Amino acid sequence: MKLTTMRDAIATYVHDGDTVAIEGFTACICFAAAHEIIRQGRRDLVLCRMTPDLIYDQMVAAGCARKLVFSYLGNPGVGPLHAIRRAVEKGIPAPLELEEYSHFGMVARYIAGAYRLPFFPLRSYVGSDLPKVNPRIRFVESPYGDGPIAVVPPLNPDVAIIHAQRADVNGNTQLWGLLGAQKEVAFAARHVIVVVEEIVDEEVIRSDPNRTLIPGLIVDAVVHEPYGAHPSYVQGYYDRDNEFYLRWDEISRDEAATRAWLEEWVYGVRDRAEYVEKMGRETWERLKPTQAWSLPVNYG
Amino acid sequence: MADYTPSEMMIVAAARALAGVRTVFVGVGLPNIACNLAQRTVAPDLELVYESGVYGARPARLPLSIGDPALITGALSVCSMADLFGLYLQGGRIDVAFLGGAQIDRYGNLNTTVIGDYAHPKVRLPGSGGACEIAIHARQVFIIMRLSRRSFVERLDFLTSPGHLGGSGERERLGMPGRGPQVVVTDKCVFRFDPGTGEMVLVSLHPGVRLEDVRAEMGWDPRVSPDLTETEPPTPEELRLLREELDPLGVYRS
Repeated sequence: MKLTTMRDAIATYVHDGDTVAIEGFTACICFAAAHEIIRQGRRDLVLCRMTPDLIYDQMVAAGCARKLVFSYLGNPGVGPLHAIRRAVEKGIPAPLELEEYSHFGMVARYIAGAYRLPFFPLRSYVGSDLPKVNPRIRFVESPYGDGPIAVVPPLNPDVAIIHAQRADVNGNTQLWGLLGAQKEVAFAARHVIVVVEEIVDEEVIRSDPNRTLIPGLIVDAVVHEPYGAHPSYVQGYYDRDNEFYLRWDEISRDEAATRAWLEEWVYGVRDRAEYVEKMGRETWERLKPTQAWSLPVNYG
Repeated sequence: MADYTPSEMMIVAAARALAGVRTVFVGVGLPNIACNLAQRTVAPDLELVYESGVYGARPARLPLSIGDPALITGALSVCSMADLFGLYLQGGRIDVAFLGGAQIDRYGNLNTTVIGDYAHPKVRLPGSGGACEIAIHARQVFIIMRLSRRSFVERLDFLTSPGHLGGSGERERLGMPGRGPQVVVTDKCVFRFDPGTGEMVLVSLHPGVRLEDVRAEMGWDPRVSPDLTETEPPTPEELRLLREELDPLGVYRS
């Protein structure tokens, strides 16, 4: 039984200076965990994510990070991430080190980490300036005589935080919709926190084993946190809050407005439950998804 | 005065370039709407592929981002990003990819990383995303960008995604599977690439645009095709689809 509170999960598994990956590509981005990390005042984190998104923009604005490892630095479909840009261009609130890859390069790093390999080869980076600014992207000669091939080193985060639809109390986790690199990063990490919309019986998991992305075997803590991925989305539970993604563009342009937002919505609430209540019923009504059920399959 | 905007012309021209294409790797913004328009007009068998892990999307509404939940509902397949980049892209299954950038040079090389010096950038841009490997692997790359002197530059500040690099033949020498950039669609004109040199060549001007309007917005003097033509203006049906079905709020059309 690994069920615990977000407060305890973060206090136990996220420490100052840790390498932390809160993945989830557009979907299932665990803002609830990020906000708890901010509230607990973690510092000097190395934050890994393909797309830092609003979640790391907020953590950087709150002064949690010393370095980003990433592949796409933007507010998708909207514009730049202003807080991260302030940190990179002006050192506000603190300088931020960048280590950048392409998406495939980040995925390959997680795979190398998960498979416990010294590196992972991929056909990318040829002709690009990226290897010139990131010495960890290298080329090796294929031992089979196919010429040079790009390689990236493993990424093994101290902790990965995975948001998903449902899990049992032992951390057997089912996720559908966009899968991102959630499985790879979970298997690569030293510790795994799983955060879910619903806790279900083991029977529910066993009724559909192909949908289990992450086994309880590699999970350290399970947190039940409905709406924990807002303003990102969870397929079948709530839609992406595109209005908030647009609004963050306005808020984050201004340093004081960003601090005020963090004050009200992160420091000013005790936990995710209070955030959900403060957001109000209208928000959750607005984000209610349509119904689109899959047909059951016979596992017999 | 034309009854359509330059952006509408650009989207329509990009959609037409997809005639007969089977698989297209879709980017955010304008490429997104161009691919959705192509699916409803010149390329009914077009399968939309998104780097978020979606193959064969049939979005009921225009997605705001490449990870929009509307892309998942009713898709043929949703897979991990490891599978999308490893099996679909690197596996050679993508016919066309749309890319764009903050800067492009005459060989179709793209910068989406920084303006200014990398260590002390004037502007920090998003970076590669999947663009670097997409530019290497897709059989053809179509570029969609607004024409401006700031974007069409003699020299990139940073080369994120390779086009024809220093000229024709260099991609093959480096073993890149894809053929690289084939067309650049802008709000004023369309370019293709000279197979001999790998250099961008102006092939058509949108109605009402003069050659000097194009030259004024470019950081180098572009080569002009001897067969320079005028782009066919959008048809009423293309405009109806754009305005009524694909982008009723006018997010991408202004």
